[in-house]
Amino acid sequence: MVNTLFHIFIFPGFLFACVSGLAAEYIDRKLYAKMQNRIGPPWFQPVADCIKLFAKEVIIPQQADSRIFTFVPVLAFAAVLTSFFYIPLWNVKTLSSFNGDLIVVLYLLTIPTLTFFLGGWYARSVFSMIGAARSIIQLFAYEIPLFISILAVAMLADTLSLSEITVFYSKHLWLILINLPGFVVAIIALIGKLEKAPFDTPEAETEIVAGSFTEYSGRPLAFFKLAIDMELVAGSSLLAAIFLPFGLNIHPVPGFMLYLIKVLFVVALISVSRTIFARLRIDQMINFCWKYVAPIAFLQLVLDLFVKGLIR
Amino acid sequence: MSNYDFIVPIGPQHPALKEPETFLLMMSGEKIKGMNVRLGYNHRGIEKACEGQTYIQDLYLIERVCGICSHSHASCFAQAVEEIAGLELPKRALYIRTLIGELERIHSHLLWLGVAGHEIGFDTLLMYTWRDREIVMDILALLTGNRVNYSINTIGGVRRDITTEQIPQILKAIDTLEERTKYYAKVATEDTTITARLSGIGLLSHDNVLKLGVVGPTARASGVKRDVRKDDPYAAYGEIDFNVITDDHCDVYGRTLVRVGELMESYKIIRQVLAKLPEGPITVKAPRKIPVGQAVSRYEAPRGEDLHYVKSNGTDKPDRVKVRAPTLANVQAVAEMLKDRYLADMPIVVAAIDPCFSCTDRMTSISTADKDDKTFMSWPKLRTYSIEWYSRQGVDFSDLNKKFKAPGI
Repeated sequence: MVNTLFHIFIFPGFLFACVSGLAAEYIDRKLYAKMQNRIGPPWFQPVADCIKLFAKEVIIPQQADSRIFTFVPVLAFAAVLTSFFYIPLWNVKTLSSFNGDLIVVLYLLTIPTLTFFLGGWYARSVFSMIGAARSIIQLFAYEIPLFISILAVAMLADTLSLSEITVFYSKHLWLILINLPGFVVAIIALIGKLEKAPFDTPEAETEIVAGSFTEYSGRPLAFFKLAIDMELVAGSSLLAAIFLPFGLNIHPVPGFMLYLIKVLFVVALISVSRTIFARLRIDQMINFCWKYVAPIAFLQLVLDLFVKGLIR
Repeated sequence: MSNYDFIVPIGPQHPALKEPETFLLMMSGEKIKGMNVRLGYNHRGIEKACEGQTYIQDLYLIERVCGICSHSHASCFAQAVEEIAGLELPKRALYIRTLIGELERIHSHLLWLGVAGHEIGFDTLLMYTWRDREIVMDILALLTGNRVNYSINTIGGVRRDITTEQIPQILKAIDTLEERTKYYAKVATEDTTITARLSGIGLLSHDNVLKLGVVGPTARASGVKRDVRKDDPYAAYGEIDFNVITDDHCDVYGRTLVRVGELMESYKIIRQVLAKLPEGPITVKAPRKIPVGQAVSRYEAPRGEDLHYVKSNGTDKPDRVKVRAPTLANVQAVAEMLKDRYLADMPIVVAAIDPCFSCTDRMTSISTADKDDKTFMSWPKLRTYSIEWYSRQGVDFSDLNKKFKAPGI
């Protein structure tokens, strides 16, 4: 009982997810600032922002559907939090594992985007509705390449269980190199999922204010922000577990350090892309995803099929 | 008009806009089908206020028409007053005016580059250019004592001289800026996402430029070689060798290239001004009361041709002051540029004319609604009248197009 509560509230549950999410946000913002020749925020800034938002008044627009409007941020938060229980963090074990949990994790990480759509749509403001429509258009562009590339990797390991995938790749470390195109696809898709530049069209500040979040304030907005921060860590952990599954059977302390380094690496890649690219238009984004990213994902699939035939 | 599904109100308060104005975009999906512009949120009544103050006081008021091209407006006004008073300015004063004018152009264009970066979601460019803009701001503070409203002009010259110690400092800053500008030119022309967002956006053909009377870098990016500094040289520009930068892209990308090119020309001009800076006084004595007369003065502000009209009545206060800021000439072109474009292009297209809405805001009030009143003229009537009036003066408008025709368009 105590053990279960510990898992839910402390590690890898609520506390760990929040702290790591806020830390990841801090690192992302600080790196972004440093690369732009700025000083950047102090370490407690994400926490301070969060506390501020939780303390603020909640304003629900008159025309909005107030039940959906207030419910979806919590749903996004809960979905991302749940995904932490199935992702192997610093070793091959996860809190709960079964064959097919990979699909569940991918599904759970899709829920936030759906909530952005629902929240934006039911806010019934013109900016949030455009943002919501863009979110969902963008979802179709990156989600399919992401699924193909991750499922290709799972197919090579012959399992749909995340811990078994990591076990398989720990035994055949050289196969990581085969999966590199998939890693590239997954990083691009993760940027799209997190709606960061160059794929931040759904919340393009200079066009549609904040997209889906335009009408959000106070606690619901804080839940959304936390969910996005946690999604950054969850997505990075997922990518680290699937595409960088080395050093998973070592001592817990260096193992955990290695895990943090892997997550930092993914977060840093996202920050760099934010620094060096301009925002793409929605049509350019769709074109880019279907012209370049989807073929790479298919290439990964073919590659994995080929290698599978080779090692059997 | 029912070819649109919904209206997106950009403004009066919107993150894309730095000043309050409204663009009502009639949208069909992501496409813009029509646009309504509403100005007037920033009207400050400066023209009227000028009539109540002396010429010297007006100079400081006029300077506040625009925060970015403050020197342009002040110089333009001073030129008009000096023309009425028949003042012959000392060479050194003209050179210092040119110098400040070019430094102002540098800071305005660097500012624009940053804003353009921000509008297309590329904040890194904003942070870099605005950091470098500090260099030129510091130089302006060194020369004039102020970072924004320099107040260096006075009727009949300039208020501050340039010392010999300041010259190496300026040259050093210009060297740094030139190096950085070359880097930005490389970034803006070679980066894939930037060119993807800028090329082919906000197209304005050569003919439309002439039809809509577009000025400044926006016109020059469509191949129209229109620059007051060359066409009607004022200050020291007649004695300085520089090129008018034009481009044939006709889009936002071309406007970026023109502005970056003009930055390089400005560095060239400043080096020449500092090398040629003549000795002598910096001001002539101007009368307190300006004789009766009227004058129109033109000035190439960073955003395009600035035009001031001053009418004096023999007292120490002007009878009428009229300011035509460059944005007023360009704002009509925005609707043309945005036709059937995406919503995502709207911020950068508006930003590409480098708008300054508080300079532009005017108020027109018609006191009588009587249409038969002889004192009112309809637009076509006024147009024919002006064409006839000019042809009596010997100006033929039929070959104006040929004169401004640029090769390749």
